[in-house]
Amino acid sequence: MEYFLIILSTALVNNVVLVKFLGLCPLMGVSNKLDSAMGMGLATTFVLTLAAFAGWLLEHFVLGPLNLGFLRILTFILVIAVVVQFTEMVVRKTSPALYQVLGIFLPLITTNCAVLGVALLNVQQENSFIESLLYGFGSALGFTLVLVMFAGLRERLALAEVPDAFKGAPIAYIVAGLLSLAFMGFAGLA
Amino acid sequence: MTSLSYTRIAKDGIWDNNIIFAQALGLCPLLAVTSNASNGLGMGLASTAVLVASGALISVSRDIISPQVRIPVFILIIATLVTLVDLAMNAWVHDLYKVLGLFIPLIVTNCAVLGRAESFASRNSVLPAAFDGLMMGLGFTMVLVVLGAMREMLGTGTLFANAALLLGDWAAFLELTLIPDYKGFLLIILPPGGFMVLGFLLAGKRMIDRNAELKRAAAAEAEADEALFSATTA
Repeated sequence: MEYFLIILSTALVNNVVLVKFLGLCPLMGVSNKLDSAMGMGLATTFVLTLAAFAGWLLEHFVLGPLNLGFLRILTFILVIAVVVQFTEMVVRKTSPALYQVLGIFLPLITTNCAVLGVALLNVQQENSFIESLLYGFGSALGFTLVLVMFAGLRERLALAEVPDAFKGAPIAYIVAGLLSLAFMGFAGLA
Repeated sequence: MTSLSYTRIAKDGIWDNNIIFAQALGLCPLLAVTSNASNGLGMGLASTAVLVASGALISVSRDIISPQVRIPVFILIIATLVTLVDLAMNAWVHDLYKVLGLFIPLIVTNCAVLGRAESFASRNSVLPAAFDGLMMGLGFTMVLVVLGAMREMLGTGTLFANAALLLGDWAAFLELTLIPDYKGFLLIILPPGGFMVLGFLLAGKRMIDRNAELKRAAAAEAEADEALFSATTA
């Protein structure tokens, strides 16, 4: 039950994108089409969970015992870059079809601040191993959810008539604001 | 590209090719820390420091980095600089450090820094690269402060509240209470307000650009008319 609450709270109540403001660049960048949003969400889910896992191992077996806390940013970003590269290789070998879909998004994930952010938050909150994993997975679920919803909204938005000055990015920000407002409604759920 | 003039770089960084307005990068720190203007200023200055230093460093080492491994190397250089900023801020402006929290380390993943490294610093000499970093940083800071100020004014009716606490005593003159006994408008301070105010700000920037464009077109037309007129009378 406790674990279920972690997923619920990270995916909905403290949504990474709309409440914690992590991973906004991909949200604005690749949410023009529904299927590319799905692809990006899947790839990020995989990398984020793996990065949370690797971050925990690194913190507890290397940085903590050796007292190297000041190297955390440097090592985490390196590990994330490696995880992303590894994911790319695995996907290319095992499923060329999936690689076709995810291919272009994978390199972008390194600079998705949600990945580094969640890994650092895990350390900050002193989460246990399972908690770290769930925290990463839940955050990624929330990210995917918002990305897909937002892509759906933007597909409709492309057809809507908006004042000239608001076309494109500005109206997208306002829509994101409304979506964020809706997500505030989850507060108090968990 | 080395013949790029400094005025051009400055204009690009602050307005035409502004990180937020034109490139839509660096949105996470932008929205997360701008619930008031002082935080925005602090975050902007920290990012500017990283941009300038990474621009200079990457430009110096651009000849010894082979193109195949450049991205990881850039990221490592940036991460090192961010670690320095992180430690320095923890030591000297601890209150600000606590407020900005997670978003100081996350300067590493601010796509704008890597973007400038890739598209400008790796192709230009040291001085233009550092200057470009400075101007991009100032443009970013400007948006952070404007957005922070708007949200703070609408949300709590103050401007630069706690500036002295967060940025040091020199900033005390910035603190203002614009609307005494303001009841507050919570929505603007909360995340949704950030998105909406940014949307309106961007729309405002576009209107300014369009007006300038129209004015220029009108001036050009008038000039052409005049030339035609003098040609026909002569």
